[in-house]
Amino acid sequence: MTFKSIFEQHNWEEVKAGIYGKTAADVEQALHNPRRTLEDFAALISPAAAAYLEPMAALSHELTLQRFGNTMQLYIPMYLSNECQNICTYCGFSLDNKIKRKTLSHAEIMMETAAIKEMGYDHVLLVTGEAHQLVGVDYFKNVLQLLRPHFANISMEVQPMDEADYAALIPLGLHAVLVYQETYHQEDYKKHHPKGRKSSFDYRLETPDRLGRAGIHKMGLGVLIGLEDWRTDSFFTAMHLQYLEKRYWQTKYSISFPRLRPFSGGLAPKVVMDDRELVQLICAYRLLNQEIELSISTREKEVFRDNIIRLGITTMSAGSRTNPGGYTVDRQSLEQFEISDERSAAAIAAMLKRSGYEPVWKDWDKVFS
Amino acid sequence: MEPLIIAGREFSSRLFTGTGKFSSASMMEEALLASGTELVTVALKRVDMHNKSDDMLLHVSHPHIHLLPNTSGVRTAAEAVYAAQLAREALETNWIKLEIHPDPRYLMPDPVETLQAAAALVKLGFVVLPYIHADPVLCKRLEEAGVAAVMPLGSPIGSNKGLRTADFLEIIISQSNVPVIVDAGIGAPSHAAQAMEMGAAAVLVNTAIAVAKDPVRMAAAFKTAVTAGRMAYEAGLPAINSKAVATSPLVAFLNE
Repeated sequence: MTFKSIFEQHNWEEVKAGIYGKTAADVEQALHNPRRTLEDFAALISPAAAAYLEPMAALSHELTLQRFGNTMQLYIPMYLSNECQNICTYCGFSLDNKIKRKTLSHAEIMMETAAIKEMGYDHVLLVTGEAHQLVGVDYFKNVLQLLRPHFANISMEVQPMDEADYAALIPLGLHAVLVYQETYHQEDYKKHHPKGRKSSFDYRLETPDRLGRAGIHKMGLGVLIGLEDWRTDSFFTAMHLQYLEKRYWQTKYSISFPRLRPFSGGLAPKVVMDDRELVQLICAYRLLNQEIELSISTREKEVFRDNIIRLGITTMSAGSRTNPGGYTVDRQSLEQFEISDERSAAAIAAMLKRSGYEPVWKDWDKVFS
Repeated sequence: MEPLIIAGREFSSRLFTGTGKFSSASMMEEALLASGTELVTVALKRVDMHNKSDDMLLHVSHPHIHLLPNTSGVRTAAEAVYAAQLAREALETNWIKLEIHPDPRYLMPDPVETLQAAAALVKLGFVVLPYIHADPVLCKRLEEAGVAAVMPLGSPIGSNKGLRTADFLEIIISQSNVPVIVDAGIGAPSHAAQAMEMGAAAVLVNTAIAVAKDPVRMAAAFKTAVTAGRMAYEAGLPAINSKAVATSPLVAFLNE
């Protein structure tokens, strides 16, 4: 059994209508429940909850503080390759986007590593497009072996893989995998992913099951906000999360909130989520789940990031580059998307300290499996 | 107050503390000093064991503070044993707080793996303090395996809910031959006092101090509560009378 069998019991339009039909009374009930259900989550992400942003924020702050303390985990992405055989309408690495393609060599990876370590980082997120010949499982095996001595914690945001591939990478030091469904709207998914392996909605949907069976320590879920109605997409994400937590109980989970950002020649978002709505969504996740890690990237603007740290976020990136070699090797190569917060890691750490938060650079150890 | 002795080491403070969730390393240090604690646990995953100038390690380095590395993050007995050996090497202590919680959500300790790891670590010469459920049988099994103390939880870690496992803690304390340290869930000084009045050898507190508005004052409050609770226990608490003594005693006929 996988999540697919549960997913198929739900109809997008009915779920959407359910969320938009929530009333102020539903929101108040959700706020009062000590243990919140998926239906409570639907109320909290509904338009009706917009009027309850302040009490939601207060609760989210309190729950996050109790669980995570006055701390913020920091990580940085390292883009290894922008080779990609997929066409994705919203991505700078898309096959049909005529850019210079680049895959880092071992020597180049070590140069990037030195620059990243210099900033203070010990947790790294490896990112690639999807190019099985050039950047497949063997490439990842080699990279993990190369990087394990240098980082306490290594995560990947790359193409979905088979269970056996994950099982082979985990003992080499793969700690977490981030795999976003992009959208749970099956027809729209096909429109946005017309070509390449990524065009298979089901293979992507079942990736977290494969990761869970392979025994991954942590997985990150999310949707690309802007492709479809974010409320309905978030409801399906939360449903997916609850299914996974019960089934793969030894795995830790995180949620990210990527809002579609402009890139050269790219797609304009179909649905625009404003800052108030993003705050509402972050708080709703915290009210649903006190233990979940909530992550915010440099896609968001400075002022927003400075304020969101009190409202439920537990993990941040800073000083990021979204192009392969962006830290040292080839600073000018084309990026996947434009970042909004260009402050350095040191500047973010200083901001966190001023706000009463301890930046956490290391919360794992390479000696752990 | 009677000193507490664990594995030959004497502690005059019965308040043990954690190092997580503080807003800065210097705030943590101030709070630890105000608490009077002499045993501080540090997660191996949070420190750079091989770096003598690790920020957290520097801030817990005081002559009266004994370091208790913990294995938080490991999921199996084998991983715990490996992590403990690295900690012994790098931090130069054979004390280990054994934490095996394969469940990352509620951080519930795994009794099976913990017992297995405890037995292995004792054989390797470690002073083992296992974090476990308030399970009286498991505590006896760990005692037989040779642990230096047991650390049953009062309620889910970080929950601040107090001694929800009180009935089981009482059994554990009444039948234990090793010190019983109540770990996890202590959210207020009154909870700590309650554990000490019950006869716990010590308590371990982290979240309640670290996330308080004023961690230093909260640390001092816990210090006072732990002292008060222990003094009350040593002084002998009077029994609780729930009803008045009958005016016509039931056994009065025996005097007639």
